[in-house]
Amino acid sequence: MNLKVILDKCDGCGLCAQSCPFGGIVVEGGKAKVLDVCTECGICPESCPTKALDMGGVAVGPAEQGTAAYRHILIFAEQRDLKLTRVAKQLVGKARDLANLLGVKVKAALLGKGVEPLAQELVAVGADVVFLYDDPKLANYQTDAYTKVMFELINAEKPEIVLFGATHIGRDLAPRLAQRLATGLTADCTELEIDEGERLLLQTRPAFGGNIMATITCPEHRPQMATVRPGVLREPDPDPSRRGEVVVKAVKVTDADFGTVVLQIIKAAKQAVNLEDAEIIVSGGRGVGGPDKFPLLEELAGLLGGVVGASRAAVDSGWISHDHQVGQTGKTVRPKLYIACGISGAVQHQAGMKDASCIVAINKDPLAPIFQLADYGIVGDVKEIVPAMVAEIKANWMEGKL
Amino acid sequence: MRIVVPLKQVPDTNNVRIDPKRGTLIREGVPSIINPEDKNALELALSVKAARGGEVIVISMGPPQAEEALREAVAMGADKAILLTDRAFAGADTLATATTLGTAIRKLGGCQLILCGRQAIDGDTAQVGPQLAENLGVPQVTYVRRLDLEDGVATVERELEDGHEVIQVKLPALFTVTKEANKPRYPHARAIMSCYGPGKLECWSLADVGLSEETVGLNGSPTKVKRTFSPQPKGQGEMLSGTKQEVVKALCRRLRGRSLL
Repeated sequence: MNLKVILDKCDGCGLCAQSCPFGGIVVEGGKAKVLDVCTECGICPESCPTKALDMGGVAVGPAEQGTAAYRHILIFAEQRDLKLTRVAKQLVGKARDLANLLGVKVKAALLGKGVEPLAQELVAVGADVVFLYDDPKLANYQTDAYTKVMFELINAEKPEIVLFGATHIGRDLAPRLAQRLATGLTADCTELEIDEGERLLLQTRPAFGGNIMATITCPEHRPQMATVRPGVLREPDPDPSRRGEVVVKAVKVTDADFGTVVLQIIKAAKQAVNLEDAEIIVSGGRGVGGPDKFPLLEELAGLLGGVVGASRAAVDSGWISHDHQVGQTGKTVRPKLYIACGISGAVQHQAGMKDASCIVAINKDPLAPIFQLADYGIVGDVKEIVPAMVAEIKANWMEGKL
Repeated sequence: MRIVVPLKQVPDTNNVRIDPKRGTLIREGVPSIINPEDKNALELALSVKAARGGEVIVISMGPPQAEEALREAVAMGADKAILLTDRAFAGADTLATATTLGTAIRKLGGCQLILCGRQAIDGDTAQVGPQLAENLGVPQVTYVRRLDLEDGVATVERELEDGHEVIQVKLPALFTVTKEANKPRYPHARAIMSCYGPGKLECWSLADVGLSEETVGLNGSPTKVKRTFSPQPKGQGEMLSGTKQEVVKALCRRLRGRSLL
């Protein structure tokens, strides 16, 4: 066991026991005691005011991996259908800020077929160097081929930081690569900062279903790698006059490098899912006005990739079937986004939706209790606001969030 | 055909609550469960076995009480369970976990198919699957919601954010499975009784796996938890005002900022 209690320093305050997510440490006879269920997650030493908890020696990387040999920040510039993902631009923007603190360059790896025009877009948002791998073999993302290209690039360039978007592609590629490089990788980060003194990337991410936040570092191994959630970082305004270097790289992958073959790519909106699994719910109550207005909500839900819910009032009025009902006598939901349309927000309804990460309320009555719960409130008529929102999304927000 | 399903025992994070005064997790009464998508992986393994024969082995790295999760998997229909448990394994990040699991699977004599859950609900990293595939040197497909097998070739559907891909791969291979793949079965009462029978579960220590202490657990983990803290509590909501065009534009901008649009 690595976690030790330094008995001289422990004053039995119990903060460690409170901090432990696993119930792995208790106070007995005025001193902390580590139990068998301890997973050595590293959380409790941070909580100890007297520094009485010692995790023992930190991991020692391979000796030849001197961290000083690694410099600059590399971005995996993910593109789909010859368009840069938004998260790629967000990453370049963030990397620009971090690179300025570290006094290094921002470099981007651009892989695909016919992607050369995207190189200048990366430069415009802050890249100094773009490594261009343009080859028919790389037209579609494929784990083995992309891993091989990135592995060789990282070994040659030795970046201190490598960043990916936490997309279905980034989260497939980054771990494969991290294992091959035998370095650390932090998943789905929501914030990146630099500890300038230690020259370390501070990678913050939610854990335990978003119940706690953890800041992760990779002190002894290089590169420091992270995937970053799309949409959490600011997308920089492009500066078309910005100059950068485009390095055309030879693509050295053969058919033998492909362990899998992509037969078909089918573009389609996600299938409608049930309420409990839905990430986005557009819910209607009495204020919607009648059964003929629910298609407005369906259209908005469709655009957002969500499903339609309802309050008991709407269900009892026979406007929509009971399986859409959210609340104490309906379903308990926990979506990322809950848009309550014409729902006053009775306690029984709140019981079913209060844990949504983001709640939007639209209601004619400014005193409706739902506004107490809402992140964003709009006082207005659902019949006007919802169509206006549909029109606005169609006009300006259809680009996708990747 | 031998199918290995790595699984993880996790606290049921859907029931975790924060103590609003102290800002810490309330863990009393939070049950430990098999990670939900690992159950989908196990269900898929059991259906492949039902159609084509073979054996399903479940494997978990964890503290001794993870035995419960493995017993439940045996009750669902797994033929054998292996628990990798040793103080030296504690504190592992995804690199050390994948290294340990991969070494243990090689020790078993390998397998044709490895089915993992897409991600665990406590860490949400989705990294161990691909890292294990790399460690074993087999191809991977992540986010799999459908699997067909024919003559040692798998055809799978991989979910994308905006659709899906159909991918063909020769076995051996590793797939990470999403909850869309199936609905995991409930064990029969008789199976629950017999899963505690002899010979169903083996415990392997560090020495049994045959790795050195430097490559496992906290020592073998490049990443370190520097600090943890409670997320910002929800502040007072924001009322948007203006013309209807102005308010919907303002709302869209805020939703995009939170990656919801």
